Amino acid sequence: MENSEKTELVLLACGSFNPITNMHLRLFELAKDYMNGTVIKGIISPVGDAYKKKGLISAHHRVFMAQLATKNSEWVEVDTWESLQKEWVETAKVLRHHQEKLEASSCGNEQGSPVLERPGRKRKWAEQRQDFSQKKSLEPKTKGVPKVKLLCGADLLESFGVPNLWKSEDITQIVRDYGLICITRAGNDAQKFIYESDVLWKYQNNIHLVNEWITNDISSTKIRQALRRGQSIRYLVPDLVQEYIEKHDLYTSESEERNVGVILAPLQRNMAEANS
Amino acid sequence: MSLGSCQSHGNDKGEQILPYKCCNGGMYQVIAGIISPVNDKYGKKDLVAARHRVAMARLALQTSDWIRVDPWESEQVQWLETVKVLRHHHRELLRSLPQKEGLDRGKAHPAAPTAVPELKLLCGADVLKTFQTPNLWKDAHIQEIVEKFGLVCVGRAGHDAERYILGLPILQKYQHNIHLAREPVQNEISATYIRRALSQGQSVKYLLPDAVIAYIKDHNLYTKDSSWKDNNT
Repeated sequence: MENSEKTELVLLACGSFNPITNMHLRLFELAKDYMNGTVIKGIISPVGDAYKKKGLISAHHRVFMAQLATKNSEWVEVDTWESLQKEWVETAKVLRHHQEKLEASSCGNEQGSPVLERPGRKRKWAEQRQDFSQKKSLEPKTKGVPKVKLLCGADLLESFGVPNLWKSEDITQIVRDYGLICITRAGNDAQKFIYESDVLWKYQNNIHLVNEWITNDISSTKIRQALRRGQSIRYLVPDLVQEYIEKHDLYTSESEERNVGVILAPLQRNMAEANS
Repeated sequence: MSLGSCQSHGNDKGEQILPYKCCNGGMYQVIAGIISPVNDKYGKKDLVAARHRVAMARLALQTSDWIRVDPWESEQVQWLETVKVLRHHHRELLRSLPQKEGLDRGKAHPAAPTAVPELKLLCGADVLKTFQTPNLWKDAHIQEIVEKFGLVCVGRAGHDAERYILGLPILQKYQHNIHLAREPVQNEISATYIRRALSQGQSVKYLLPDAVIAYIKDHNLYTKDSSWKDNNT
């Protein structure tokens, strides 16, 4: 396939981002390098409060921190749609929402200037698209609509195996219709996991495993733990995020107790549907 | 105590600075951190000019209120043994103390029994291992470092600091003066990896401060063919 016909990609990362860390941001950079010039946009979609995960603080903080973190990024931005929904939204639906959004703006707009969340970024993305369409002025539909792919770490991939956490038809839809870009440090474990799952094996060409050579253990859980223990999180999260957390004293023993005793939304929903 | 860090600092990576605040055994209060980039004459492979390494460290520390870069070591005419750098900074520390007795009354903390700050060498566990390398360190220097100054050693994956200490009698003897800082979050950003990523045109965003990345780009450092060029300018 020639370079001129490569599909443009949009990377979507779903998760709690509780808080966002440098590791999350690195996922985007690693994936972009790996996909070799086809990635045009990155989207961070923090989960809604209705997810009911233990220790999950209010979405507006998590969204704001993600926005602070991506302030200096030219291509990664935060999308609030998922976090604004009243009920928890399955990841497959979030993927579908963003894919449909791309298709809608691609059809209705020859100039290729889709509605973006952040007006300040709008011009840059539109310029990029215009560059591409100028290059392809003789061939109107060469690139087509950009495709959304789910960006994740190996933990998400392996969470497919947790009973009732995912609907099997959702997993199929995700790997068949969208695709995964999975950043992992233990490539062998991820490969083994794919091998041992029929559906992942079937769509393995749509699952890209990207190696992270730096042992990077910056999980949000550890960040919250460090904060409770009065330890510094500087250089593990962007400076603006660290300042915001400190200013609002966001993560404490109390905040970690949120949703204790509450069933995680996907588990609740999938088990209820199984029993109905 | 003041923490001095003598490293080659091929480029300034975020996690190098992290462990300073981990050391809180309760007896000590860290008042300052010093990053001392090594002299060009050290001759390590891929070492870019000291002026760049110092500039990058400065940029990285722009927002720090307690860590600073000291270019003294890099400005010397020849390469200096680490112990000499420690001696220098210790002298400077003593010189900068108030001449009157007792501590500055403006400080919120009560006067400590010993008013003189201690200078400790901050390093990763990998450096601890190098004490074993024949001819790399003078025995007398190792002794002076652990006896007179002291070490704060941050863990590193694949390195067992406690085992290194047990492996060298001189370290064992002064192990009370070797503080092992537990890194709560493992973050193995090595400068070697950074240089390789840069030479391959890969992103190092969020591994280095943005200001340092911009500097590297502006000065064309660490590109595939720049390593020999820069050492000759």
